[in-house]
Amino acid sequence: MLSLLRQSPLSARIGLGIVILNCLVAIFAPWIAPYDETAVVGEVWETVSARFYLGTDHIGRDLFTRMVYGARNTIALAFITTALSFMFGSLLGFVAAVKGGWIDQVLSRLIDVIMSFPTLIFALMILSVLGSSIPTLIFTIALLDSTRVYRLSRAVAMDIEVMEFVEVARLRGEGLWWIIRHEILPNALPPLTAEFGLRFCFVFLFIASLSFLGLGIQPPLADWGGMVRENAGAITFGIFTPLIPAGAIAFLTVGVNMIVDWFLHLSSGLHE
Amino acid sequence: MSTILTIKNLYIEAYSEEAWQPIVKDISLTLKKGEVLGLIGESGAGKSTIGLAAMGYTRQGCRLASGSINLDGVELMGASDEDLRLVRGSKIAYVAQSAAASFNPSHRIIKQHVEAPVQHGIMSYSDAQKEAIKIYRRLFLPNPEKIGFRYPHELSGGQLQRAMVAMAMSCEPQIIVFDEPTTALDVTTQIEVLAAVKEITEKMNKAALYITHDLAVVAQVAHRIMVLRNGRLVEEGETRALIKKPRQAYTRELLNVRSLREDKDQSDKMDVILTIKDVAATYTGEENVLEDINLTVRKGRTVALVGESGSGKSTLARVITGLLPATQGSINFLGEDLPLELKHRTKDNLRRLQMIYQMPDTALNPKQTVRRVIGRPLEFYFGMGGKKAEERIRELLFSIELEPDTYINRMTTELSGGEKQRICIARALAARPDLIICDEVTSALDQLVAEGILDLLQDLQNKTDISYLFITHDLATVKAISDKIVIMLEGKIIEQGEKKKVLSPPHHEYTDKLLSSIPEMDPDWLDNLLDERLDSFI
Repeated sequence: MLSLLRQSPLSARIGLGIVILNCLVAIFAPWIAPYDETAVVGEVWETVSARFYLGTDHIGRDLFTRMVYGARNTIALAFITTALSFMFGSLLGFVAAVKGGWIDQVLSRLIDVIMSFPTLIFALMILSVLGSSIPTLIFTIALLDSTRVYRLSRAVAMDIEVMEFVEVARLRGEGLWWIIRHEILPNALPPLTAEFGLRFCFVFLFIASLSFLGLGIQPPLADWGGMVRENAGAITFGIFTPLIPAGAIAFLTVGVNMIVDWFLHLSSGLHE
Repeated sequence: MSTILTIKNLYIEAYSEEAWQPIVKDISLTLKKGEVLGLIGESGAGKSTIGLAAMGYTRQGCRLASGSINLDGVELMGASDEDLRLVRGSKIAYVAQSAAASFNPSHRIIKQHVEAPVQHGIMSYSDAQKEAIKIYRRLFLPNPEKIGFRYPHELSGGQLQRAMVAMAMSCEPQIIVFDEPTTALDVTTQIEVLAAVKEITEKMNKAALYITHDLAVVAQVAHRIMVLRNGRLVEEGETRALIKKPRQAYTRELLNVRSLREDKDQSDKMDVILTIKDVAATYTGEENVLEDINLTVRKGRTVALVGESGSGKSTLARVITGLLPATQGSINFLGEDLPLELKHRTKDNLRRLQMIYQMPDTALNPKQTVRRVIGRPLEFYFGMGGKKAEERIRELLFSIELEPDTYINRMTTELSGGEKQRICIARALAARPDLIICDEVTSALDQLVAEGILDLLQDLQNKTDISYLFITHDLATVKAISDKIVIMLEGKIIEQGEKKKVLSPPHHEYTDKLLSSIPEMDPDWLDNLLDERLDSFI
């Protein structure tokens, strides 16, 4: 692992640096942030000063503090959601690929139905019915995202499933779980991990857009997408406050994608 | 005759393990007009690399390190891309091993054929088409006026390979590089392609580099032969002289591999372990791909299942293993009727019937170690674990002639083709089976490596009295190892019996064709055969 890191290209190292920085900020948020997450400490939209490193937001809270706590909420949420959608989606995808037949048909058509709804509208529908709590938010996005994961893992698993080593396992009498766990999963891992990175970004952006529409993380909790929305009005006055959380989203997205690119490169077997 | 290609002191390097390693070392060769030079050796010998270098080309990750390549007065070493582009196709052309992979599946054949002459500005589109049809006729392609207007998937493997040869001729090059053009073909279709190669080199007087690993094939077409090993020249000589009197031990080894083994005693007492009775099977539910299959396998004996691709040999293996349940008939194994479907078979049924595949690369999980691969059947069938399993794995590795300490912790990707196939054998043996189905187990391997595998299988049979059902299209292998031969054609068994009986005349008509198609070391073999078959062949 260490030697792999030593050979990594500059872009991957930068990406890794960005992600680690974000994670550290998220973990140590209470120690880093100068103020309380929800405390109103100044005037509305104050500019950058020694007191407020990034100025204040639309009701006078310290933007830097909000950014630090926002990292915590946004990243943790995105991570849990992506992990959930991958567990769910890839498991079903693998089962469909290995079992085939009617199981595959039923699962695939069901997934098609879910996919045929525009994602955002589907999410808005569920969230407005069930109410926007963090668990429903996670569950809804994970469900929507797992359809894409299902598609990918089914396709990947189908390629592996026709290999003779899977046939050998079948002829040996191995069960479904064993085949998925030992023959399919290790070989499907590289493309799935790369996809994980990408999906992570999408979830992240999706939460941001939901927050922007007011159905994401509810105030007064800080999250980057929500912060863009809350402060959007400032733009008309020539104040750059909403650009800071937007920039943070872009920053992390670029960082994650740099790592993903490297991983894709590694798993493609091109080592030059 | 004037010299047309001169390669002097050529070194080619490949980039691996963070350094440039030489893969072709100090090769010099000359090719005169109208001459065919055979390059022969195992994989990794550098034959293809040299063939491509003759066009001033290297595969990705390789480079021409030093030496000179002079093609008809043009130095290709260090030539610009533009200069190389002018030479390729028009002066020198390449015929690859797999025609199916070399044609673009979504364009008609003739469209791909005329691309090069039109691109090089040699001919107009319509002239090039007329020329194409002429060459199709010369290469005995059926229906030459129309065949070019078909798509690649509408031609058989042999026809496609001949169309590929025709395409190489489209710009009237001086030299053609043939890179294993018949390796992927059945013996009977191989003849068609060899005849086309002969037509070009002898009647049209083109020079050629003919790359192959099969000495008997190259003996038919080449005037001179270069034997290569690990990127170096082993021996070079006139074809007849080289085959008659090889100077180097390695060449002799290549020549000697196809030898018959001793027959076992033919007593009738041995017990039959597998009886297949009136079996039929289908993929679609309508047309039968197998029909009226009846055969028996005896304990400690080898039954060879022979036929061209598409004859249903591998399908029969799938039926026996239960992957494709038979639609009628019965399979009796060790005295009891096997359930036809895989999922109804008991663990013990499965254990006693093992299978080894053609491609060891795909038959081994690339993410597992050798220990895991061999250990799993031990754990699964016998509940073996820990020290006991470890001991047994070492024992198995020892029996397949691989040093346990070196190999037990290796990933399967860190093995050569021959080693992988040995691991597959060990995995099958771990289950202590009574019958192993070997599906073309040697056809993806080099001659000498394949020979090693066959020796090993023979050895194991002598020691453990295991039975083999050996599926192959290679009759040389059949001659070498089988006790009984079953010949299949279009899903039916057309002849079966003891080896001696099947191999000695009178034959069934098809058996005769199959047997006479195996290349012999005699350089006149192809000419004689073509004279004999001329009518039926065209």
